[in-house]
Amino acid sequence: MIEANSQEHTVFAPWNEADKEPFVRIENVTKKFGNFVAIDNISLNIFEREFYALLGPSGCGKTTLLRMLAGFEIPTSGRIIIDGEDMSKVPPHKRPVNMMFQSYALFPHMTVEQNIAFGLKQDHLPKAEIADQVERMINLVKLNAFAKRKPEQLSGGQRQRVALARSLAKNPKMLLLDEPLGALDKKLREETQFELMNIQEKLGITFVIVTHDQEEAMTVSSRIAVMDSGTVAQVAPPAEIYEFPNSRKVADFIGDVNIFEGRVADVQADSAQILINASDVPVRTGRSVEAALGETVWVAVRPEKMIVSLNPPKNMTENVLKGEVWDIGYLGKLSVYHVRLQDKRMVTVAMTNRYRETEHTITWEDSVYVSWAPNASVVLMS
Amino acid sequence: MGAERLCRVDELSGVAMTSPDPMKKKHKGLPLVSGGLVSMICECPPYRWAASRCYRWGLQGRSLTVMVPYLWLVLLFLAPFLIVVKISFSEIRIAIPPYAPLFEMIDGLYVQLNLHMANYQRLFHDDLYMHAYLSSLRIAVVSTVLTLLVGYPIAYGMARAPKSWRLPLLMLVILPFWTSFLIRVYAWIGILKTEGFLNMFLLWTGVIDEPLVILHTNIAVYIGIVYSYLPFMILPLYSSLEKMDHSLLEAAADLGCPPHKAFWKVTFPLSRPGIIAGCFLVFIPAVGEFVIPDLLGGSSTLMIGKTLWSEFFNNRDWPLASAAAVILLLLLVVPIVWFQRFQSNRSQLGE
Ligand SMILES: Nc1ncnc2c1ncn2[C@@H]1O[C@H](COP(=O)(O)OP(=O)(O)OP(=O)(O)O)[C@@H](O)[C@H]1O
Ligand SMILES: [Mg+2]
Repeated sequence: MIEANSQEHTVFAPWNEADKEPFVRIENVTKKFGNFVAIDNISLNIFEREFYALLGPSGCGKTTLLRMLAGFEIPTSGRIIIDGEDMSKVPPHKRPVNMMFQSYALFPHMTVEQNIAFGLKQDHLPKAEIADQVERMINLVKLNAFAKRKPEQLSGGQRQRVALARSLAKNPKMLLLDEPLGALDKKLREETQFELMNIQEKLGITFVIVTHDQEEAMTVSSRIAVMDSGTVAQVAPPAEIYEFPNSRKVADFIGDVNIFEGRVADVQADSAQILINASDVPVRTGRSVEAALGETVWVAVRPEKMIVSLNPPKNMTENVLKGEVWDIGYLGKLSVYHVRLQDKRMVTVAMTNRYRETEHTITWEDSVYVSWAPNASVVLMS
Repeated sequence: MGAERLCRVDELSGVAMTSPDPMKKKHKGLPLVSGGLVSMICECPPYRWAASRCYRWGLQGRSLTVMVPYLWLVLLFLAPFLIVVKISFSEIRIAIPPYAPLFEMIDGLYVQLNLHMANYQRLFHDDLYMHAYLSSLRIAVVSTVLTLLVGYPIAYGMARAPKSWRLPLLMLVILPFWTSFLIRVYAWIGILKTEGFLNMFLLWTGVIDEPLVILHTNIAVYIGIVYSYLPFMILPLYSSLEKMDHSLLEAAADLGCPPHKAFWKVTFPLSRPGIIAGCFLVFIPAVGEFVIPDLLGGSSTLMIGKTLWSEFFNNRDWPLASAAAVILLLLLVVPIVWFQRFQSNRSQLGE
């Protein structure tokens, strides 16, 4: 499923087309609450049919940004343009977007059906049509048995599905989802993610999804905007964010990573050498860097791209660290090793358990070598 | 009486009497709370005696707590009511008390029960009383609706006000209670009378040429009731409106519902418990109201409370007045029962 998706995404990349008009343009938007700057001069483009994820730590302004798109917060400065129309003067009930609230905001005095029908009734559709659409939505979120219940008679996950169905019912041009799947169990979450992607493909809706869960962002989105205290740190497709983070913050926020501080020692056309503080052995990267010799940079290496071995790796003069196994986490399909370097820093290495345990297994307090290929190291300038 | 005292003791100390010896309980279960007052109470012999007695009767903290409201109801509602019922069935007498006893000893052998129905007969046959009932109901209904119309916007405004304003606003609503009700109603005479403040003001602004006659009409009664009972309407309305999650209105707007429509579709239905509670709190006392119609109403203002008052104090006809009161109560019980059922339906729905 993930493969199929990423394949499609390599085709779908409107942000690379020069003349493509974005569906949503967020231009230099700042939002202040009193003196507190919640959104700090953000500019973003979101294209039609995109599945755009806002990812970031709690309190970084994701919800605030979403609420500005929906019209519940007015930007302190800057403009938001949706579908070619400046939204500054457009009240929430006239915007072509629907939102799924983080708190669900289900109407407590209405049944599940009535909640879902609420938006449709505002459009004065014929009764039969409303009933049809409500039924479709109820089927979609698998709430058939609960159609006549009130929200307080539902579990957290069921409420979340009602909220999702209600926001989808009107077939909006853009759907804003504020942590839509947080309360679902893993299986249901994966199903719903898949369902969301299906819906998006079928209806051609533009999705903007807020999430804490980076795995979820990676799975569903066409692009991820990583936010950090009111600013956008990086916008890129999931694989690029993961493989080529542009800063320590992004690298650290998306997945696990080992970061080594060092200085640039050598720059070639297709590689560079960094002298890291943690070891005498230098680090080689698979790409050139745009930095002066001697400049302080950081090298990021993902744990799964490293190898732990008892014997020194052959023919390697770079990208090798010596250490002692401090801790092992056995996770079934992979094992996570915490290796303590000579200077007491920890390195995390994740290796798939390709073989059954043998007597050659690496174990606690073994003296080991950690190594990786040059193209596994990413140089970060900040 | 004895049972009630015991349970008070229990309530005060807050000790659940699950063990026959409260001392044991204290040392085991309540290490922190049982300082000072509690331990003093627990250690004093009457408490221990009461607690062990309660336990023997199967009364424990829990069941006692449940019983408190019932005791309250029996003592403060049922008992006085039964006394009134008793009087309503007796015959008027010029004596102290001004009615005949219900039970009479005859020849030292028989106890005779004198159920005197004439009071009720008179109530049903004399148009005056029927009119008074109907007119009371009408005045109460009209003033309840008016109070709701005045109170709702106020409560709404309060609930939407910035958080730091809400408590002061609430205080302002309650503030009039610091002055005697009677004085406040008297003050309205000064405002409403022909040469009162209102007329002076209106004449001065030139809105009217001749003073309005408001005092001693039903309009003055409506004004008086709306004014006096407004806090009883505002408080429950406010509490239900304030509880409402603001994001519901955002959700409504998000789904294409303009604000004025969202009010009727979301805010209003969600404030229904507050509306119902407020209406009952105004309607029920308004039906039996006698001070306001007496002071502000005219000779044409007919209210059962006033009639009752004059039967009691002017005519000293306690039995007839009691019968009138019993009928009034029965009239009110119907909506109360309906209200109760409404409440229990709601709680069954888990609201
Ligand atoms: N109405 C408001 N008044 C004042 N400060 C606010 C208001 N709304 C949000 N903030 C502040 O703005 C910042 C961003 O809040 P926001 O709700 O957008 O965070 P978030 O990224 O959605 O976090 P989470 O992942 O926890 O939902 C927070 O520091 C929050 O305290
Ligand atoms: Mg949020």
